[in-house]
Amino acid sequence: MNIVVCVKRTPASTSVALDPQTGAVKTAGLPHGINPFDEYAVEEALRLKERIPGTKVAVLSVGPAENDEVIRAALALGCDTGVLLSDPAFAGSDVYALSLILAKGIQKVAETRGGVGLVLFGRQSNDGESGHTTAAVGARLGWPSVISVRKIPEAADAAVTVERLREDGTDVLQLTLPAVLSVLKEINEPRLPSLRGKMAAKKMPVETWGAAALGLSADVVGKAGSRMDVVKMAPVPSRGAGVVITGETPEDKAQALVAKLKEAKFI
Amino acid sequence: MDYGLTELQREMVALSRELAVKKIKPVREKYDESEEFPWDIVEELRKADLFGVYLPEEYGGMGGGLFELGLISEQLSRTCGGIALCLMTSSLCSMPILVFGSPEQRQRFLPDIASGKKLGAFCITEPGSGSDASSLKATAVADGDHFILNGVKNFCSSGKASETYVVFFSTNPKRGARGITAFIVEKGTPGFTFGKKEKKMGIRANSTHELVFSDCRVPKANILFKEGMGLLVAQNTFDFARPGVGAQAIGIAQGALDETLAYTRVRKQFDVPVASFQAIGHMLAECATQIEAARALFFTTVRAMDAELLPAVKKAIAENITVYEAMKALNCRRWSKESAMVKVFSSDVAMKVTTDCVQMCGGIGYMRDFPVEKYMRDAKITQIYEGTNQLQREEIARMLVKEAASSEREAAGS
Amino acid sequence: MAYEGKGVWCIAESRGGKVSPVLFELLTAGRKLAAARGETVTAVVIGHGLQDAAGEIAGRGADQVLVVEDASLKEFVDDVYAAVLAKLAEARKPRTLLLPATVYGRSLAPRLSVLLRAGLAADAVGLELDAEQRLLVTRSAYAGNVVATVLLRSVDGPEIATVRPLAFERSAAGGAGTVAAAAPDAGALAGKTAFVSFGADRADEIDLGAAEKIVSGGRGLGKPEGFELVRKLAKTLGAAVGASRAAVDSGWIPYKHQVGLTGRSVRPKLYVACGISGQIQHMAGMNASGTIVAINSDAECPMMKVATYAVQGDLYKLLPAIVAEIEKARG
Repeated sequence: MNIVVCVKRTPASTSVALDPQTGAVKTAGLPHGINPFDEYAVEEALRLKERIPGTKVAVLSVGPAENDEVIRAALALGCDTGVLLSDPAFAGSDVYALSLILAKGIQKVAETRGGVGLVLFGRQSNDGESGHTTAAVGARLGWPSVISVRKIPEAADAAVTVERLREDGTDVLQLTLPAVLSVLKEINEPRLPSLRGKMAAKKMPVETWGAAALGLSADVVGKAGSRMDVVKMAPVPSRGAGVVITGETPEDKAQALVAKLKEAKFI
Repeated sequence: MDYGLTELQREMVALSRELAVKKIKPVREKYDESEEFPWDIVEELRKADLFGVYLPEEYGGMGGGLFELGLISEQLSRTCGGIALCLMTSSLCSMPILVFGSPEQRQRFLPDIASGKKLGAFCITEPGSGSDASSLKATAVADGDHFILNGVKNFCSSGKASETYVVFFSTNPKRGARGITAFIVEKGTPGFTFGKKEKKMGIRANSTHELVFSDCRVPKANILFKEGMGLLVAQNTFDFARPGVGAQAIGIAQGALDETLAYTRVRKQFDVPVASFQAIGHMLAECATQIEAARALFFTTVRAMDAELLPAVKKAIAENITVYEAMKALNCRRWSKESAMVKVFSSDVAMKVTTDCVQMCGGIGYMRDFPVEKYMRDAKITQIYEGTNQLQREEIARMLVKEAASSEREAAGS
Repeated sequence: MAYEGKGVWCIAESRGGKVSPVLFELLTAGRKLAAARGETVTAVVIGHGLQDAAGEIAGRGADQVLVVEDASLKEFVDDVYAAVLAKLAEARKPRTLLLPATVYGRSLAPRLSVLLRAGLAADAVGLELDAEQRLLVTRSAYAGNVVATVLLRSVDGPEIATVRPLAFERSAAGGAGTVAAAAPDAGALAGKTAFVSFGADRADEIDLGAAEKIVSGGRGLGKPEGFELVRKLAKTLGAAVGASRAAVDSGWIPYKHQVGLTGRSVRPKLYVACGISGQIQHMAGMNASGTIVAINSDAECPMMKVATYAVQGDLYKLLPAIVAEIEKARG
């Protein structure tokens, strides 16, 4: 089967500064890398490749030319091919528009590589954190989707069985392929690349598909195709300084703390 | 500082750093406490292709030299000098095989070491023979096309964990230093067993073992280079290995400084970070400067060594001769003095820096659940092994006098 | 073509005929929006065997409860639920749909967004209207370092937001809404996802996301046995048990207890951090908590600096002392 794993390039650190003039997050010049949540998706794709003979993994990313580095990072780990969906018109896409771009990219991967069985995402990005992209792409493609996957107990060419972690327990679901999944960090421990893998990945071809190649007009992508605008970014107001509970003995401190908790009606 | 690394070298640094931070850092304290051999990390190093960075591509390596070995040794040691040693000891075994081994021996032993499938070790030390290597007592007696090995070697780093050993025996005790021969012995050879496991101050993740030989028969084909030429093999191995100790020392010092910087920037006393006190600031500056000086000396020296070694390796492989013969043919020089300088300077820097780092961190720096004291314990060995720093200074001084005398002779002769 | 939507729909999450109380938080949020626009609030419950629950909801702040029932809807299956809800919304045209920012909501809302051509915002902690009565959503990003305000501006579809649990008060009893059944569209019931089974978490454990009080343990506990003290304090307080990544990675407690960026985001009224230094990734998951109590041997660690109440000392002495003191206070 063919697997598509979608990776995002994000700031390596989330302690970002805001531009006081524009209110936008200043990410230029920050070290970037593959979204840490996506590493689990890449690893799971590679493990499925090891489980199911004949499986090929294509890594897909949407963004500017710099995203080449995160695609190659995934290729270094053992993904087979890379595709960058890149077009100035894509800039500023929200989940609504992004899911359309991704879906078109996945369809084109399917056309050029003889079908796609599974699409894998990380749980969320470490910058936007919506966790909404997976299901939106599922709907765009008309394929079933499941997020919060902690385990894939069974995987074959026609169907997969997945365990989904919910707030109250675990659902077991069976999906008819093709399907879209997002995985939790609990699912595996990502491997590191090898030196040979890293060097080989530098030379592997990465295709770039723009809006025209995907059959997308400018009005359905980017800001024009989005239904959400970021109107303001602000730093989180810091919490005021708290009270240090003092006392001679642990019992004294416990007494002082419990008195405070009682005052606040927690007890 | 940018030392003009190639793309491959930059990837080696990045990957060994990533592996150290992601895989080694979470377990270094555990292995330091338990003194178990870190096989899970060895497996990670294998999968990352890091065991063969300095070996020729013909034998499955990445085609680098001592410089590449130093680059990754520094990065691994920056997180844990003990775990880094588990990779570095293989070079102590493979370098003498590369330089002095026959083409057949190179083909037989190097690929498994380059892939990390087998670990290698090197042992010359005996209970009664340390700095004075020529006084070793273990014997090898010829018996047909075999030799019979007897004796005890101790303080063998990566002992027992390793599969392939380069070990030194006297084949002719009457000839003293000229009666010493190097042998390649594989684990599992009857008569070759392991004795005491040492309990060490630092580098505790690495196993230091006694090697016991009792009527151990090895074929003559396992002699490395020539009978009676063992001391030459050992001395050349040390020339190539001492900068590696330097790289380990630089990594240890850098790691201690990293932790100390992180701590002194957030630790507040009198309402300000302690790093903002001049007393601490100047210590930080001194540490950083010393480390950079050691690194510059290491990089310069090892690049010059590789510039001579690598063409000799290429020639040896092309012409099916030993690398040592190729080095002679290419008029390569010995690097005893310079390699000793790298080791002495870097290890003294490591000891000073790590001691100062413990001091800068204060009480918490002395605690075992804070990583800085371990760097200080790990640093100490770099002043001791592969020739104590006292011995290195003797060597440097001897070479200086010799060089001065020979340049005077040249001046007089001209 | 312009979309003329009216009213706020609050989509309930349920299992086995029981509705998750997050719905009452959605009703509070939805009521405010509906009132400002002069519209009504509809609770939509989808599943099987929900008649009893529908009655309770009608008496707790919903003007109308739409019950979508079918035996085949007994368990939550993403593609089918989304298709059924989308058909219903296409027919009845709500202006705003609110869903919980749980696995359920995050699975459904994006599918609905695509099917209904709706603007979508994630994990709202605040909902306001702009001058044109369009939805302004406040949410956190960049590991809780940034508060973002986003505007939903769909002209040809409704607006959808997932709402973070505990961000709003639960609606109180009162009012008498109507209950109506809505038959699911037959064509929407065929999906490609089959529900196989459900394994519930231990019944005596309180879910982190819905907990009003959480007691968490971290690396400072030093050993897995430390969690016995954490559990004891949690039990005494009636709190859920949380953990830092360090404790989870050490194997002291399962992943589902992990609070933080790579675990669960929580905002309880009381968060007690035992031996948690306060790495930024952990803080991101809990810094919206009402009251934070930090118990740590290191007075200088970040958690002690943000805590409402910071107690320095040995956890193994302090935790039993606190448990004893609470029991004493209760008499």
